[in-house]
Amino acid sequence: MTPAISVAGLTRGYRGHLALDRVTFDVERGSITGLLGRNGAGKTTLLRILAGQEFPSAGQVRVFGASPAENDQVLRRMVLIREDQVYPDFKVRHALAAASWCYPGWSSELASSLLADFGLPPDRPVKKLSRGMRSALGIVTGLAARAELTLFDEPYAGLDAVARQTFYDRLLADYAEHPRTILLSTHLIDEAAGLLERVIVMDRGRVVLAAAADDLRGIATTVSGPVLAVDDFTAGHEVWERRQIASQASVVMVGPLGEGDWARARSLRLDLEPLTLQQLVVHAAAQPAETTNAGSFAAAAMERTSA
Amino acid sequence: MREMAGLDEGAPLFAQLAGRLAEEIADGGLAEGDRVPSTNELAAYYRINPATAAKGINVLIDDGLLEKRRGIGMFVAAGARRRLLEERRQQFTERYVEPLVAEAARLGIDTDELVGLIRAASHAEASYTQEGITL
Repeated sequence: MTPAISVAGLTRGYRGHLALDRVTFDVERGSITGLLGRNGAGKTTLLRILAGQEFPSAGQVRVFGASPAENDQVLRRMVLIREDQVYPDFKVRHALAAASWCYPGWSSELASSLLADFGLPPDRPVKKLSRGMRSALGIVTGLAARAELTLFDEPYAGLDAVARQTFYDRLLADYAEHPRTILLSTHLIDEAAGLLERVIVMDRGRVVLAAAADDLRGIATTVSGPVLAVDDFTAGHEVWERRQIASQASVVMVGPLGEGDWARARSLRLDLEPLTLQQLVVHAAAQPAETTNAGSFAAAAMERTSA
Repeated sequence: MREMAGLDEGAPLFAQLAGRLAEEIADGGLAEGDRVPSTNELAAYYRINPATAAKGINVLIDDGLLEKRRGIGMFVAAGARRRLLEERRQQFTERYVEPLVAEAARLGIDTDELVGLIRAASHAEASYTQEGITL
């Protein structure tokens, strides 16, 4: 089957600045992918191009095998929910009614139950909603649309932690019942990590890492303790970061740990702490532009896969 | 902060999930012949991607600890508990005894003293367990 999304060499420039620089990746159908990266990394531009709301300067974009630009056949199969979605002067229930006409897979039952979950009053004018409530309305729309391709661009401005957890739980529950392709742009990586099957990490307009999320967990470890022991333990491993104060050192070492490593660390009086997905992403995005070590991430993930 | 019901970010989630289920089988929480929660139930409980949950389940199916009954669900296979306990027993020396002996040597505790300490600890554990039962 053709991938849900396929982009190759995608480039978008604005007056001498490259928002997207030769971006290439595929997203298979039936997965939840996290689009991660710092503000200004190019995530929003990418999503807008996928949704046909903006045009590439160069390169190819395919959604369900066709170009999304001004292509109604493709656009009606997807929904894009943005951070600060703008609505006409509507009541909440009018906004949802309008959405129900746009999306062939729309579920009114899901929309009503989500309204209740988020405590959204159907008769309140959208203009009178708080920022968090407006975000919730976007989330209700994005989920109830049950579009084959669902794009969420940081959809939770102003939402508190409890409401965000509701979003994750309802997303997961509905996805389990109605599998589809979801691309979620977020910088709250720790919160969303468990939901993501794959991650695409962008930095300064480029993809610096694209991998299965679970392949990244545990591929690097922070080793801390007496400097001689740390150097002994990490010898022969690639090192991403090394910090030292007096006789203590802390080193980020690449490579999965085995059972024997934990015992050895204990006997050397070392602390081992595997990097979380969030820390790995921060690390991937922190590399200088020309020496991104997507290569070494990929190699480390491969090592894990074949182990 | 993410809430993955005890799973953490330090190792692949599918492997942690498989390990959890294996523990439950070994401890008897999931008895042989019991139905194991479905992929979607596990995904909802642990708040993880259903594909990740499915991968964890598949590890146990491949190991023969779970068996799939078409259209009904996944069940704990016959002999699964015995096999898991056997594996744990084999790992016992490496996991517990060797580190214990090494640490004792570092502290200058000789073998006789170590044996005495183990006896005392095992005595305390036995009386604790008994109290637990009478409660």
